[in-house]
Amino acid sequence: MKESIPLTWRRIPERYRMKGVKCTICSTNYFPPRIVCPKCRRKGKLETFYFKGNGTVYSFTEIHSPASGFEEQVPYIFAIIDLDEGSHVTGQIVDARKDDVKIGDRVEAVFRKTQSDDPEGLIHYGFKFRLIKNKKTEIKLM
Amino acid sequence: MRKVAIIGIGMTKFGEHWERGFRNLVIEAGIKAMEDSGLQGNEISAGYVGNMASGSLIGQEHVGALIADQMGLNPIPITRVEAACASGGVALRQGYLAVASGAHDFVVVGGVEKMNDLDTTSVSEILGGAGDEEWELFLGATFPGLYALMAKRHMYEYGTTEEMMASVAVKNHEHGSRNPYAQFQNKITIDTVMNSKMVADPLKVFDCSPITDGAAAVVLAPLDVAKKYNAQPIEIVASVQISDTIALHSREKLSEIKATKIAAQKAFEIAKITPKDINVAEVHDCFTIAEIMAIEDLGFFKKGEGGKASLEGKTGLNGEIPINTSGGLKSAGHPVGATGIKQAVEITWQLREKAEARQVADAEIGLTHNVGGSGATVVVHIFKKT
Repeated sequence: MKESIPLTWRRIPERYRMKGVKCTICSTNYFPPRIVCPKCRRKGKLETFYFKGNGTVYSFTEIHSPASGFEEQVPYIFAIIDLDEGSHVTGQIVDARKDDVKIGDRVEAVFRKTQSDDPEGLIHYGFKFRLIKNKKTEIKLM
Repeated sequence: MRKVAIIGIGMTKFGEHWERGFRNLVIEAGIKAMEDSGLQGNEISAGYVGNMASGSLIGQEHVGALIADQMGLNPIPITRVEAACASGGVALRQGYLAVASGAHDFVVVGGVEKMNDLDTTSVSEILGGAGDEEWELFLGATFPGLYALMAKRHMYEYGTTEEMMASVAVKNHEHGSRNPYAQFQNKITIDTVMNSKMVADPLKVFDCSPITDGAAAVVLAPLDVAKKYNAQPIEIVASVQISDTIALHSREKLSEIKATKIAAQKAFEIAKITPKDINVAEVHDCFTIAEIMAIEDLGFFKKGEGGKASLEGKTGLNGEIPINTSGGLKSAGHPVGATGIKQAVEITWQLREKAEARQVADAEIGLTHNVGGSGATVVVHIFKKT
């Protein structure tokens, strides 16, 4: 998926450092960040809140027909992560094979290259997730 | 609010129309619906058209005006309605509201998508726009991928199997083989599905609806005058549209589509009936798991039992509740903006007892269920024989 330079630039703090928001009225943390707290609406008060990126696998799949920009990564493991500080987020699980992953596994966020638009286009970076149980083992990717 | 009826229906064959463009398709469906309605044409005072992505797919925006012009309907207003894969259902609801409110007496509602002019990768990317671009697609999501996440969770929570999902595709191809308008009219087996190429684990090619060109249209009228024009008007007894979060990850649960549950509850309340009263339903089976969740969330089966019910044949033509007699999105095809209207056309055929080889005996009440994206928009309509 090609993205414009301004859109990519706007999202850098959120994608690089998992910059989310916290509603101080209802104490809910949101990542991806929201502009309005959907529970409190106009009464809500949102402040910056950085997520640590730790969580558990809520659901996952292995994608064989990729989104454009992800052709080089096929097949890739794609998941919804239940973050410890609240919110579910979409992301890839890397350094693992499909059979290594189970619903409920612990993960941590890592900073990676996410995709390239095309040979001369932007290179995008951001968070992906890694299984904690795989952390100590050296994984041979080839 | 006035009571509203469908007095005319029409659709093109769904499939790959290499020799025909957007305007040919939508006009064919519109003219068929007008002819079927018994109207002269001058009575029509407004139109709505469901269309998701003509700008990206064929470079044409402003399709309301295009259709009014090409149909010879100027100067009446025609409004394009977009809600991803639910564009058709939402357009039908707009037409329904226009007639029910008294703003317009006779309204034509169409749905159209011309998808095969582009390559598959581009089409998939455009369809991806039904999700959250910045937080799903950008991170590598595809639509099969999002529904695969739901399937995995459904399997985890309820023990649903890949065979159960495959049985949905087998049943829908069996129904589609009886529908001359269907894109695929071939029968398949569980093995066909299980041995097809993996798209997003556990969903394989035969768990997914295809890329389709097609159009469908209906003509709406106030119920009290409908019989003057058409001997078999079909009343729209409920029309409900519900929203949920745009991104799948923001939902409380992945094993259900909450907007479907809310829409169904409201629709049954308005129609003063229960799921048991429905004789035939067209549900949004963009993927096999979507039909399993739909028949649970609509209340036809208990949560978690949709897969088993499908495998046991309870949703076939002679089953407890025949689902997707048209062949559904899987076999009849899924020209995105047209799907919600096609569902209403199929239910009208069923309630008029004109569904031929796929007729459900004694069908009196039918339901349609149209989903946008991964469940951010759901539209449910209930129809009744008059």
